[in-house]
Amino acid sequence: MRTKEKIIEAGLALAAIITVFTTIGIIWVLLSQGIDFFSEVSIIDFLTDTQWTPLFADKHFGILPLVAGTFLTTFIAIAVALPVGLTIAVYLNEYAPRNIRSLVKPLLEILAAVPTVVYGFFALSVITPFLQSLLPGMAGFNALSAGIVMGIMIIPLITSLSEDALYAVPKSLREASYGMGSTRLQTAFKVMVPAASSGIIVSVILGISRAVGETMIVAIAAGQQPRLTINPMVPIETITTYIVQVSTGDVAHGSLEYKTIFAAGLALFVFTFILNNISYWIKKKFQEKYE
Amino acid sequence: MNSSQKNRLKDNAFKYFGIGCTLFGLLMLAIFLGNILIEGIGRIDWGFITSFPSRNPGKAGILPALIGTLWIMGLTAIIAIPLGISAGIYLEEYGKKNRLANILEINISNLAGVPSIIYGLLGLEIFGRIMGMGGSLLAGASTLSLLILPIIIVSTREALKAVPTSIKEASFAMGASKWQTVWYQLLPASFGGIVTGVILALSRAIGETAPLIVIGALAYVPFVPSSPADEFSVLPIQIFNWIGRPQKGFAINAASAIIILLLVTFILNGFAMFLRNRWQRKVKW
Repeated sequence: MRTKEKIIEAGLALAAIITVFTTIGIIWVLLSQGIDFFSEVSIIDFLTDTQWTPLFADKHFGILPLVAGTFLTTFIAIAVALPVGLTIAVYLNEYAPRNIRSLVKPLLEILAAVPTVVYGFFALSVITPFLQSLLPGMAGFNALSAGIVMGIMIIPLITSLSEDALYAVPKSLREASYGMGSTRLQTAFKVMVPAASSGIIVSVILGISRAVGETMIVAIAAGQQPRLTINPMVPIETITTYIVQVSTGDVAHGSLEYKTIFAAGLALFVFTFILNNISYWIKKKFQEKYE
Repeated sequence: MNSSQKNRLKDNAFKYFGIGCTLFGLLMLAIFLGNILIEGIGRIDWGFITSFPSRNPGKAGILPALIGTLWIMGLTAIIAIPLGISAGIYLEEYGKKNRLANILEINISNLAGVPSIIYGLLGLEIFGRIMGMGGSLLAGASTLSLLILPIIIVSTREALKAVPTSIKEASFAMGASKWQTVWYQLLPASFGGIVTGVILALSRAIGETAPLIVIGALAYVPFVPSSPADEFSVLPIQIFNWIGRPQKGFAINAASAIIILLLVTFILNGFAMFLRNRWQRKVKW
């Protein structure tokens, strides 16, 4: 009996430890290939060169154009998702009748369940032609269309996390505000949102992290031309798109081109790792405050 | 106008702005689904589902991709469900409060935020090259299993946490061992929540494209995979491939394949929601 219990516990622990091996595996793969890459390309060039052309004859390995593309699409996505997502959260929590709330929430969850390749199709076949009719001279592949659709994809994430944060604010605060004669709008933005601010910040950081790592929408709609620009109308390339571009082509294992996707992946991992840890840290602090 | 009237006006204005934003989200969803249905529904017939990919968009079908998706779903379920639930049980019921549990918790929350394409790089090196699986179904399913493991673990923990302590204490008081308590009391009581999490995780797995592209899943597969060692394609990769082609016929094919993919995703999600509601209503502690 005792031994059986011990064996079962060990088995369960082993399953849990696989997650640690996953992390170690990710870091090991990225670092070992990355170090290989940096033995051939100087890290200074990688961080400062303004051209990324590993697949051309005249090779340059500056990550900046890919980082710029990634941040441009991310910025557009958050510019769409934060105002819309937060407004929906405030509306549902402070204004909407119960039945509307219980109708809208599952519908928004559908938006979150749609595979990203489908969003890419939507960007290319609906949003881009629409934007082209408004803004003549816009290229068929561009950061704006991909960014907007990515923003639409992130709305449910921001709404649902912000709403949870607003919901967790003690009712007494809202009632006190009403008792002082505030309107719903004043209560929402002067009492509830500040009280829930850490949860809302977490939702935005997770949204950014999601946008930085998003692959299929940008691979389909934003183009494959690494370019150091903030112009949202022209084709660009993100870090994730570059990895997809190399993976769909024929690149021999062990070649320098092959190693570039791990170097790009390493840069991507560092960004999301930092963002996720900031949000984890804020979340921990936030929990202490209310419990 | 005095300031009280002004405030009331602002209050109402925001109410309509809120309704507007909510409608914007829902409208996008409607345009999105409507557009895909209009473009793609006419192309779906038995031939589309049972044909192989082709250079002629009118003759091309999704058979290998659809079977590939089913294979991936099955294999991922076999690998990820036992691992995820076991890990969830360990973290919630056994390894509480020790250092290891603390590390595991931070680690899992980090893994949940790692972009899926990074898992692809992991799978490419570890499963594809070092373990010699190449671009096989098994390599793809192993990669996706690691990707959805955090989701299953977190939802298993949530479901176990929702079981009242009184049940656990009663079981211990009857002389049951820890595992007997987990197996005969906690798991049955949290079954609904666990299954819901598992289904949502699987529906995430079948929509994933990027990691499978990276491990080397093929865009053109002229055969139906018949064993886990076979190379494969899945619906999202087939869709991605068709979207990338210039001919209009392939865009229509992409829309049709999207309808099939969304159908599978929504059925899984709907089933999960149904289970969650039923479970919430049935269980009253």
